[in-house]
Amino acid sequence: MSLVRDMMTIAAVSAGAFFFLAGTVGLLRFPDTLTRLHALTKADNLGLGLVVLGLLPQAGGLRDGLKLVSIWLLGLLAGATVSQLIARTAHHGSTR
Amino acid sequence: MTEFLTAAVGFILAMLALGLLSILRGPGDADRVMAVQLIGTGGIATLLLLGTVASIPAAIDVALTLALLATFASIAFVKKGLSRFEADGTASMEEK
Amino acid sequence: MSVATAFEIVLAAVVLGLGTWTIVVRETFSATVGFVAYGLLVALIWVRLDAVDVALTEAAIGGGLGGVLLLGAAARLWDADLMAMEAPGEVARASAAALSVLTAAALAGAVLLLPDPAPTLAPAAVANAWATSLSNPVTNVLMAFRAMDTMLEKVVLLLAIIGVWSLAPDSAWGGRPGPRHQADPRGVLAFLARLLPPVGIVVGIYILWTGADHPGGAFQGGAIVASMWLLAIMAGLADTPPVSRRSVRFILAAGPGLFLVVGLAGLLFGAAFLSYPPAQAKPLILGIEVAMTLTIAATLGLLLAGAPERSAEP
Repeated sequence: MSLVRDMMTIAAVSAGAFFFLAGTVGLLRFPDTLTRLHALTKADNLGLGLVVLGLLPQAGGLRDGLKLVSIWLLGLLAGATVSQLIARTAHHGSTR
Repeated sequence: MTEFLTAAVGFILAMLALGLLSILRGPGDADRVMAVQLIGTGGIATLLLLGTVASIPAAIDVALTLALLATFASIAFVKKGLSRFEADGTASMEEK
Repeated sequence: MSVATAFEIVLAAVVLGLGTWTIVVRETFSATVGFVAYGLLVALIWVRLDAVDVALTEAAIGGGLGGVLLLGAAARLWDADLMAMEAPGEVARASAAALSVLTAAALAGAVLLLPDPAPTLAPAAVANAWATSLSNPVTNVLMAFRAMDTMLEKVVLLLAIIGVWSLAPDSAWGGRPGPRHQADPRGVLAFLARLLPPVGIVVGIYILWTGADHPGGAFQGGAIVASMWLLAIMAGLADTPPVSRRSVRFILAAGPGLFLVVGLAGLLFGAAFLSYPPAQAKPLILGIEVAMTLTIAATLGLLLAGAPERSAEP
């Protein structure tokens, strides 16, 4: 059982780290603000979600697990809202 | 497991640094605000992994606080900072 | 080189690089962003050093509230003429740089030259936890062993807010701080400001409550609640209260006031000023912390809102 848990953690955290990598590559390579924003939010939210998923088997109990999931949900909510606001402002800026 | 998670922490941190490099050099102010978002999400992922590696259960609380405050800071920066093109600074960032 | 050391080197390098960039960059907006990012990363360092209470405060103040405060200050300096006239000269900048380097060197020397093991009162603080029956030694030190310092810090916060209010122009004396924010009530920002503050308030109360036995406490909890209040104000869902309102002033004075009352009670009925009888220590401390959280939330929120700009509506 412990082996399965560890395997799941390694798999999920690796996938999460890969998405962080993908997001960073996107940040470095994409041409303008809006596309970079896309890379940032999509990859980071997925990256955070997979890391949280990977840490759930290692969590110390139900309360810690719930905290982990709520951190991810907060991250999703925040990322969605802030990227909307940034995008709108960047869009205004570029059409000025 | 511990070694792997520590390596994951270092990796995500390096990704954060790279992403920061590109964002902080970014031409517009919107890019700078994205830096706050990036640090927020990446910092949360790093904190959660670090908490598991070093057996610090309270790191999850710090990650929770970070989630809320980074959101607040990003929004404040978008609202106050990016609206300085308007003369009075009270204009909303959202069109009706 | 172990993996842990490599990670620490990466973290230190990122923080140092970010700090240097913050100092060197030209626009104040960019520097403020760098400052916030720096604060968030330093919180990571604190966790690595096993100082989680400090990490909580760093994330709350350095990461969020401090950065937004600087942003407000920078906004008031955007008048280009003002900046040109008051830009510091070469001598001032050189002496500031020299002073900073000296301070950093002194701090580094003090830390690196500490005898091994370093002198510390931590074992004594842990050993005396029976006096309050709280198991977080940081809370014990803040609320019991050095309660006087904590009380005086809250008074300092009060003085700070009075100082900020005194900057109000005559027409707005006693009025509402900051502009009236507008946002589309069906837009994204209003949605977030409706959804997030209840969660944030619960988290803030949780951090306050868990400070008794785990890292946390009144200050961090109050800072979180303050940021949620400011979020609602920024989205136009709430307005800053007029500073002449009595309830506002009562809340601001409640924290240090309760502290003082308990301290005097300790003087009258107990052994000394701010002494707690061990049996009632925990409820007393908890009561003071609740009042302090309210005060800190209100104070930090009003500090960031600024000096009154609009006269209070009737």
